[in-house]
Amino acid sequence: MKVKVLFFANLRERLGTGVELVDVPDSASTVAGLRLHLMQRGGAWSEVLADMKVVRVAVNQDMAAASAPLNPGDEVAFFPPVTGG
Amino acid sequence: MKISVQQEDFDLGLEVLDIQEDNRVGAVASFVGQVRDVPMTLEHYPGMTENAIKKIVEEARSQWQILDYTVIHRYGELRVNEQIVLVAIASSHRADAFAACQFIMDFLKTQAPFWKKEHHPDGDRWVNALEADDRAAERWRQLKQQQRLIKP
Repeated sequence: MKVKVLFFANLRERLGTGVELVDVPDSASTVAGLRLHLMQRGGAWSEVLADMKVVRVAVNQDMAAASAPLNPGDEVAFFPPVTGG
Repeated sequence: MKISVQQEDFDLGLEVLDIQEDNRVGAVASFVGQVRDVPMTLEHYPGMTENAIKKIVEEARSQWQILDYTVIHRYGELRVNEQIVLVAIASSHRADAFAACQFIMDFLKTQAPFWKKEHHPDGDRWVNALEADDRAAERWRQLKQQQRLIKP
């Protein structure tokens, strides 16, 4: 199952990518599953995505919990706590 | 009824003029946030940003009388003293205008996907989210909870 994954702010910088198409195994079709799948790449990936307290996730542009299910074609974004205003 | 996420600057006077035309408007409250101390770059999540602001405004409209509003948030490179954000609320009475304006700002700070990167003389630094901002938003949730408890 393919999903579009976006990274913002310091996550984007530390991972060296802002957007990519990721093939997620069907057994990992939740936000938490996708995160673990990406962490298995090792290096910066396992470091940056390790602390879910400082990593927020949105699915199809809505804030989502780790348990949120994923569907083919979903847009999943990982980012740090927001600092606008 | 305007929400805009833009690079360009805005004019507070013109924006207020736009929302005070309705004959029922008796109060306009506005807030302008601007860059202090060091220049910065504001990154955002196009699409989600507008949706998040829309949701915050809808939540405010369910709690207070809002006759018209303008919310503008800028992104990109911003120098010291440049304006970042505008929230302007037109209502019949000041209590609604003040409260809605503060509510929207408090939730913009914690819900809208913007990130500030400060450009210090010794290097760039991403701004850390403040617990005080979370508490400000939390205060509204508790207030609503209390109102629910009071109202049968």
